[in-house]
Amino acid sequence: MRYVAVLKIIGFLLMLFSVSVIVPVCISLYYDDGGTRTFLITGLAELTTGFVLWFLCRNGAAQIKTRDGFLVVALVWFILSAFAAIPFYMAPFVDLSLTDSYFEAVSGLTTTGASIIPNLEQLPHAMLFYRQELQFLGGMGIVVLAVAVLPMLGIGGMQLYRAETPGNFKGNKLTPRIAETAKALWLIYIILTVLCAVSYWLAGMDIFHAVGESFSTIATGGFSMHTQGFAFYHSNSIYMIAIVYMFLSGVSFALHFSVFQQHRISLYLKDVEFRYYVLIIIIVAAFTISVIASHHIYSDFETSFINGLFSVMSMVTTTGFKNSFFSHWPTFIPIMLMCVGIIGACGGSTAGGIKVMRFVLICKQSMREMRRLIHPNGVYLIKFGEHALPSSTINAMWGFISVFIAGFVVLMLLLMATGMNMLTAFSSAVDSLANVGAGIGDVAQTFQFVGTPAKWILCVAMIAGRLEIFTLLLLFTPAFWRK
Amino acid sequence: MKIIILGDNEVANGLTETLSKEEHSVTLVSSNPEQLNTMREECDIRTILGAPSYPDILSQAGAASADMLVAVTNNDEVNMVACEVAHALFNIPMKVARVRAKEYLDVPSLFGSDVIAIDVTICPEQMVTNHLSRLITYPGASQVYNFAEGDIRMVLIRPYYGGVLIGKSLAEINQFLTVPMRVVCLFREGKSVNLNGNTIIETGDQLLFLSASEDIKPIMQALGRFEHNNKHIMIAGGGNVGLRLAQALEASYAVKIIDHNHQRSLHLANNLTSTIVLEGDVSDKKLLVNENIESMDVFCAVTNDDEANIMSCMQAKRLGVRHVIALVQQAAYVDLIDNSEIDIVISPQKIMIGSILAHIRQGDISNVYSLPIGTAEVLELIVHGDEKNSKVVGRAINALNLPKGTSIAGIMRGKNNLHLQRDTVIEAEDKVLVFVENSKCVVKIEEFFHVKATFI
Repeated sequence: MRYVAVLKIIGFLLMLFSVSVIVPVCISLYYDDGGTRTFLITGLAELTTGFVLWFLCRNGAAQIKTRDGFLVVALVWFILSAFAAIPFYMAPFVDLSLTDSYFEAVSGLTTTGASIIPNLEQLPHAMLFYRQELQFLGGMGIVVLAVAVLPMLGIGGMQLYRAETPGNFKGNKLTPRIAETAKALWLIYIILTVLCAVSYWLAGMDIFHAVGESFSTIATGGFSMHTQGFAFYHSNSIYMIAIVYMFLSGVSFALHFSVFQQHRISLYLKDVEFRYYVLIIIIVAAFTISVIASHHIYSDFETSFINGLFSVMSMVTTTGFKNSFFSHWPTFIPIMLMCVGIIGACGGSTAGGIKVMRFVLICKQSMREMRRLIHPNGVYLIKFGEHALPSSTINAMWGFISVFIAGFVVLMLLLMATGMNMLTAFSSAVDSLANVGAGIGDVAQTFQFVGTPAKWILCVAMIAGRLEIFTLLLLFTPAFWRK
Repeated sequence: MKIIILGDNEVANGLTETLSKEEHSVTLVSSNPEQLNTMREECDIRTILGAPSYPDILSQAGAASADMLVAVTNNDEVNMVACEVAHALFNIPMKVARVRAKEYLDVPSLFGSDVIAIDVTICPEQMVTNHLSRLITYPGASQVYNFAEGDIRMVLIRPYYGGVLIGKSLAEINQFLTVPMRVVCLFREGKSVNLNGNTIIETGDQLLFLSASEDIKPIMQALGRFEHNNKHIMIAGGGNVGLRLAQALEASYAVKIIDHNHQRSLHLANNLTSTIVLEGDVSDKKLLVNENIESMDVFCAVTNDDEANIMSCMQAKRLGVRHVIALVQQAAYVDLIDNSEIDIVISPQKIMIGSILAHIRQGDISNVYSLPIGTAEVLELIVHGDEKNSKVVGRAINALNLPKGTSIAGIMRGKNNLHLQRDTVIEAEDKVLVFVENSKCVVKIEEFFHVKATFI
């Protein structure tokens, strides 16, 4: 383990992260809301800590190994979250404890979107924006950003990138060089965000809210800028825009990049994962809309349709936006929506969950085993599109699924041990591990009343979920630390 | 530069590694998934799995925007077709292909944009053979590099303990030589040393000097590194390299070649005239002793197996061969056995990468050699421009403000006109030999020799 090099990179990333206070400082100066000092102190703390770390370790090795990459990424997420929590803790307007501040920061950075703050209207503009910005930075990943803009990371960049990027395109790069791939991903990410912000603005939001909500939408975060969530806007066109952009951010960014590069929309339809993604949305939306329409929850079908689709999209992409209380919808719908959140969207998107591709593979694998029982001598391959998948990929997938399920069960039991009821524990576990952020039970609105130990457990679970568990779990294996 | 490399062998891997470290965008295409997995772990590259010459595979590899295609699969025909496809469908400007069969290479009119669209054919075996035969011509030299069509050469020697060179300064050496030569650089413990007239040569140093080709033998004699001409050569391994080498050498030397495969031995015997072909194991001590190994001047191990080459060379050296040369593909081994019993280690990758680098580098570069020590390189550049738009033309060598880590070894003007003096004024169309400490300095040198665009 090259600890010095690891600390050096963390110092670097911390310095890079200090840039995040610039916009909130400007906003706070513009609205004169008195938060300038808080953000300046935060930025300064990040900058100096980062600099001191980097300076002390500047002689560390230039290149790091795969193992160091995991350590860097895992540590960075915990450390950055701690620094990102400073403004919440120091803010004079809301009284947040240390735990609450850390929870809010982790929830933002991991794009979970589970909030502690009951009344968002009391927050100053700068603070509101800062919450949204955290999701924006965490969505594509601060490490991926660093790989894009800091060429000095060199080959180490690849190790870091692999440890942070969710989904299944870890091996398959968009461009030959990792820095270009990271740039391409961020480019697509920024383009989508700009388009989304402009759409919101044209649909009637003011610029401040349009930008803020677009950060949350494209990062599939789920922090809203209003206490009531999207219900505040009462506008079907805004709901539709949110639905479209949530859908787009649930698609693999590698696929977006190919389409962008080759100017062929038809590539979307050719992508197998994309097709299943659409299929899942259609099936779940059909159930949801028909149930809520038949129970006459809303006066007309249009409202049922929009609200149903909005909630489905919000859950599938693990965004967790709220425009209605789906937790009060009848029969199995709330639980089904939570389960859809576990599946999540496509690999390589900003969404959490186990990803559509893995889910499809489980289904295919089960089908294969059944067919094998029927034809004991049959030779069956698991194909994804035209390509048969090597068994190593399928084993890796099963490994992930088992760890995810085991983690989920342990998490839920732990939460129940802290005194939660079963429904709330289930919902919180999904919310944190799949980075959904919209719950049912006692956490349907905020996580304000969850106990302190449970909040810390959820913080770890959110980061684990964001890093697809393995990156974090690795650090607890003796083999990782063996020389 | 965007480069696509095709191939599933050591050559492709070596190229990929070198080029990706030089900040090029490299895509490696191969049909071997294990190789791609390892390469992806090691280098910052993109990999594509599939048959290298298929259009859709090339398209996936980004052929549409690539600047260069290097086809080095083991199959000549695949390489040629890949270049054809790249030319016809993707219009890649630079196509390099490995073509080994003499039968193709003997017909140069085959290659060109309207026939088989290959810009440069490379034959690693031929390069290695040429390299080996140059080394055998100059006993005592550990590397010999050709410049200006072979008129001038650079030679790397390792002064031995107790020889004339040890303890002498560079100025002293130049005094007792009758012909002009220039020490280009001195490597000590794997690093190049800053040179001036007072630099003293120590045991274990390696010395790279430049002179006209015909002066090399007298110089080496004067330096006491040249004992007598080589006469008896033994080649271990009758593969492509072994056969070519035997063919090149058998006219002027007494050559013996060993191969373990019966069929191959018959083939060798069929294609060689005066060479003695022996069937047996290259490290079989009895066989070697029987064949008078102790009176051999050079033992060349050129099998496909690195370990066999190294072991048989060590064996031969113990048994009394004057010089042993091992062909070693794995870069890690090359560093490992440097300074061991084996006199010379030849790395086919380094030899070949040089010739490909010559096409990748910016500017008019006719030769690039990467030296076996560190990442040092020697380049042969042709100077263009005039006093106004070039930093080089019209200035004396010692008046140039060269980038750090680089130096000018000499200047070749016209034919047979080598200038080594420091006050030589550089003219346009001169061939300038530049030594670069490590490959990172190459970019700076390219810029330095770059002719500024002027508005006429």
